[in-house]
Amino acid sequence: MSMRKTLLFFFIICWSLTGIAQSSPDRGQIASSDLIKQWSYDVFPDGEGLPEGQGNATQGEAIYSQHCETCHGLKGEGGSAEELAGAMHGLTDNPPDKTIGTYWPYATTLFDFIRRSMPLSAPGSLTNNQLYAVTAYLLYINRIIKSEDEISAKTLPRIIMPNNKGFIDVYEGQSH
Amino acid sequence: MHDELKPIAGGGLLDRRLFLKKGLTFSSIAWLAPSVMAEEVRSDAMTRPGRALSNYGKPSNYENKVIRWTMGNAAAPGNGVSWTPLHALEGMITPNGLHFERHHNGVPDIDPQYHHLLIHGLVNRALVFRIEDLLRYPMTSRYCFIECGGNSNAGWHSEPMQTEAGYFHGMASCSEWTGIPVKMLFNEAGIKGRAKWVIAEGADASMMNISLPLEKVLDDCLLAFYQNGERIRPENGYPVRLLVPGWEGVLNVKWLRRLRLTNRPVMARNETAKYTELLPNGMAEQFSFVMGVKSLITRPSYGQQLDNPGLYQITGLAWSGHGKIVKVEVSADGGKSWADAQLQEPVLSKCFTRFRIPWQWDGKKAVLKSRAIDDRGNQQPERYELIQAKGQQGYFHYNAIVSWAIADDGSVSHVYA
Repeated sequence: MSMRKTLLFFFIICWSLTGIAQSSPDRGQIASSDLIKQWSYDVFPDGEGLPEGQGNATQGEAIYSQHCETCHGLKGEGGSAEELAGAMHGLTDNPPDKTIGTYWPYATTLFDFIRRSMPLSAPGSLTNNQLYAVTAYLLYINRIIKSEDEISAKTLPRIIMPNNKGFIDVYEGQSH
Repeated sequence: MHDELKPIAGGGLLDRRLFLKKGLTFSSIAWLAPSVMAEEVRSDAMTRPGRALSNYGKPSNYENKVIRWTMGNAAAPGNGVSWTPLHALEGMITPNGLHFERHHNGVPDIDPQYHHLLIHGLVNRALVFRIEDLLRYPMTSRYCFIECGGNSNAGWHSEPMQTEAGYFHGMASCSEWTGIPVKMLFNEAGIKGRAKWVIAEGADASMMNISLPLEKVLDDCLLAFYQNGERIRPENGYPVRLLVPGWEGVLNVKWLRRLRLTNRPVMARNETAKYTELLPNGMAEQFSFVMGVKSLITRPSYGQQLDNPGLYQITGLAWSGHGKIVKVEVSADGGKSWADAQLQEPVLSKCFTRFRIPWQWDGKKAVLKSRAIDDRGNQQPERYELIQAKGQQGYFHYNAIVSWAIADDGSVSHVYA
């Protein structure tokens, strides 16, 4: 390649790179793996995102009575906040009784939601062991597990909720 | 009698173009205004200096009843809803201070200097942005409504609830939103082939998360920074919210701090236990994102009073999460006959559309209804049709026709008709 052609080639490369940079400001910084790890707060039905730790319903009962019962009532019967357990009838009755036991399709959602949002007065204040324990308690009062069952990253995703097959994905069924 | 004053449908509905005709005014059709007697040449306000300038204007003191109706949890006041007073507003834009609210655990007071947005998951490079960096991006505006999936849910009740239209259907508001197409930032991060969903998360005390299809995000979602020209207010997601045109309000995550691209939804509480519609057979519809075609008459509506028989303008709002409103029909005889209303320009996709039609009230009982049709051919259902299709326990996505009964004394009540 002649000197002139080399320069021209170099010039074209520079020019096209400038073109790319100008099409979008590209002001983001590369996120560190620590930041991503700390902020990855989602818990998926297959258990991805569940942290270390464990707890059972017996331990969870004490946590529930201290942090949850004021709003959700004794044994999840409801109060200023919604009913969590103790459904008296099913989903086809009028009115239907929607609780964790009758309605929620995934047990992992409990951990995800409680960890990010509860208790309202001090979200983020429960330890992982406490979160597993109170999750176990809610599953126990919905008669899904036994009081001594240990709930952890290993066991929680294996729980099949009673209403696991109760949902129709209407987005997937549409043409869009 | 002018030809224009001949009813074109039952109950006294007149041609929608009536008010546009030159020379035809309220007075020309013998509308009697109450006599105004001028007692003095100059009123009080005309005889002394008015107030000084102000840094940020407020509505007139005489409009102090035009407010959101708030309903918080007694045990946690930041957990609740406030409704837009649609019955007291005109046009298609909701004033920022009257936009509806739904908060799960209060309004955070976020200093934008310390707020970051992380884009990660199935991308070639995970990126984190400062707000000041994002504000340098090229922006675009769109007018669109946001409607809570649970709006109008009292419509499922067996008895018609007697409440002002806005405090019933006002978990819907409409603004000009300005921001960055999310697609632009995703392209910078580089989308991996397996990505199908996006999980969005807010930086409030509830850290609410929810999944939405990547396809939708790439199609028309915005990172919104401005609402009706000013920076979004704290209760609407300052410093940045996700805007998901036409879809359930809950997806428009406020105080946005994270977008994660995944191959599957996270199955968060708000896409499983909530915002799913239970059918009579016990199954529930999930990911029913699009807000259906809907309309309601805002004037006259519950709580308003017709003074005397004569000419009125019926007006209301129509919208559809599927696209543009192409037609709104109004009935003044409980649905026996219908007439086309005038659609106020501009008529925009996934946006409030104002409709109007003149009406000669004869002073007798009447039932007013409106029904909207969008450019995908969806027609707003009658209440009985919606219940036939979905049962009565779905809670979310109530979009049936609203009926207002006019009594012979001119009072307006809500009826199922």
